[in-house]
Amino acid sequence: MQNRADGIYGVMAEFETPDELIAAAHAARHAGYTRMDAFSPFPIEEVIEEVAPGDTGVPRLVLIAGLTGAATGFILQYIGNVIDYPLNIGGRPLDITNWPAMIPITFEMGILMAAFTAAISMVILNGLPSPYHPVFNVPRFERASQDAFFLCIEATDPLFDRAQTSSFLRSLGPMQVTEVAE
Amino acid sequence: MAQAQPIRTSPQPDPGESYLLEGETYASMSSKIGDVPLVSPLQTSRGWLVGFTISFILLMVYFVSIGWLFIKGVGIWGINIPVGWAMDIINFVWWIGIGHAGTLISAILLLLNQGWRNSINRFAEAMTLFAVACAGMYPILHLGRPWLFYWLMPYPNTMGMWPQFRSALAWDVFAISTYASVSLVFWLVGLIPDFATLRDRAKNIWAKRIYGVAALGWRGSARHWHRYEMASLLLAGLSTPLVVSVHSIISLDFAISQVPGWQVTIFPPYFVAGAVFAGFAMVILLMAPVRKWYGFENYITIRHFDVMAKVMLATGMVVVYGYFMEVWAALYGGSTYEEYLLYNRLYGPSAWAYWGLLFCNAVAIQPLWFKQVRQSIPALIVISLIVSVGMWLERYVIIVISLERDFLPSSWGQYNPTFWDWSLYLGSFGLFFTLLFLFVRVLPMINIFEMRMFLHQEQQRMNRKKHHGEAGHGGATAD
Repeated sequence: MQNRADGIYGVMAEFETPDELIAAAHAARHAGYTRMDAFSPFPIEEVIEEVAPGDTGVPRLVLIAGLTGAATGFILQYIGNVIDYPLNIGGRPLDITNWPAMIPITFEMGILMAAFTAAISMVILNGLPSPYHPVFNVPRFERASQDAFFLCIEATDPLFDRAQTSSFLRSLGPMQVTEVAE
Repeated sequence: MAQAQPIRTSPQPDPGESYLLEGETYASMSSKIGDVPLVSPLQTSRGWLVGFTISFILLMVYFVSIGWLFIKGVGIWGINIPVGWAMDIINFVWWIGIGHAGTLISAILLLLNQGWRNSINRFAEAMTLFAVACAGMYPILHLGRPWLFYWLMPYPNTMGMWPQFRSALAWDVFAISTYASVSLVFWLVGLIPDFATLRDRAKNIWAKRIYGVAALGWRGSARHWHRYEMASLLLAGLSTPLVVSVHSIISLDFAISQVPGWQVTIFPPYFVAGAVFAGFAMVILLMAPVRKWYGFENYITIRHFDVMAKVMLATGMVVVYGYFMEVWAALYGGSTYEEYLLYNRLYGPSAWAYWGLLFCNAVAIQPLWFKQVRQSIPALIVISLIVSVGMWLERYVIIVISLERDFLPSSWGQYNPTFWDWSLYLGSFGLFFTLLFLFVRVLPMINIFEMRMFLHQEQQRMNRKKHHGEAGHGGATAD
């Protein structure tokens, strides 16, 4: 199996419209391909469903970070105003019964940590920044950020076969089919 | 030509009825919006240069005002006991309120699936960031010793002291800094796919490299889009309560004190509505010329202005309800001081401000009930300007008039702004517009990938409609 995929990353087909890409991704999934990716200038829900099975990494991390941030905010205020430096201002309580006054900062700290985690975990889980990637070698790939739609079946797919996969992609009515150099 | 077919997105060509004009394709959007920042620096338009120069001069006014403040102290302003908060806090609340419309458009309207927001959200978010920058400077500058502003943050220090977390002013520090940081992150995340478009369109090698680095190697992979969409939704979901909390906390700066006119329980929602009201007025004021200068009439249509005017009218009426409740609380509450405050607002030495605010925020917005007004750009510009002044007056009334007359007549006072009060305010426009001009010059001011997505959705919607029509279900299916 390996020798048939030597030296290439996969086979890439270019489509003219998002609807063609949706149909192609659907067909490839039905043909049994599992290791594939689509490239489009905007997110297309139907394509994401076909090629990117549910990944819940980002929301999980955001939940953890939000709770951690809120806890940090509360503990910070507790240490500051209850344990370390209690100060009588207008007779407001000096112990834990003062908790309502601690809510705003607890909330803000939770949001702050959750938001930073949402952005950073998205970038890191996506493997960015990645200045080089094999798909950038495909001719006209610069249109993928403008008006072209690509489907790539990767060489790591168990069903991948240089000739058969190319002819399968050709049967879907693409504008071009290219082998992606490693 | 291997481009998508031009798509009719509107069944009727009435420009007042559609959000996207016909004939747009993915490619035309990428080039029209994406090529604005890619113009060579030597070919920068003259209009931009003139605007930037004026803004830059105002920015220098800002720096001079701050420099003199650092040398002489806050005594150069008109503040004096009992009016210890005046232009500094008025302008702080005014600027941050303007910023709130950007977050509303980028977060709340995203959650509500309002496709029309796509053409204005990038610009409105930029406006948020720059308005928050202007706002954030004021509380720091009014500290008296601004160079010690870091004392506001909790950090282990040799003095063994902590900030007083039971004070609304400490909440403010966290609210504003969180708001600024989260808005920046949200804005930058939104820019990543557009940086990739600019990278791929740039001819100049340096432009290609700079936008390439900023794009982080974005390649539009579906797996990436999946996490990207998830992160955007989460950021929107986090920003929505955040934006409500920020202006609520700012209103608590007043509401948890005991000054007559400040201790009002309706303040949080009333401040949030006022912020959105002022913010939409500013969005209209900024979008009207930008759309004309850059030829974006296809993306920012009359229909957008119509909807924004509706939001302005709705939030304006909430604000008017707030004014009514203030009067009601004063009359019904039975507190002498509150009653006197009402009398003082209506007939006192600063009554012009209260009557002015009633005219600007309650009377002047009433023409927005009519479609002809909502769809007339000159009328909207005039109304938005009046609203901007009105919201400034509102903060003047709340802050200054309340402080001028507190409990003891012997401690009453009068506030008169000085030259430096005004120069700092004027200068903050310099900061705002300098940043805004730089933004429209180097970044895509409309979110390109969301516009493509919107086009795709509109196309699907039209196809469905057509399909339904042919199948005999009638074309008027509600989408």
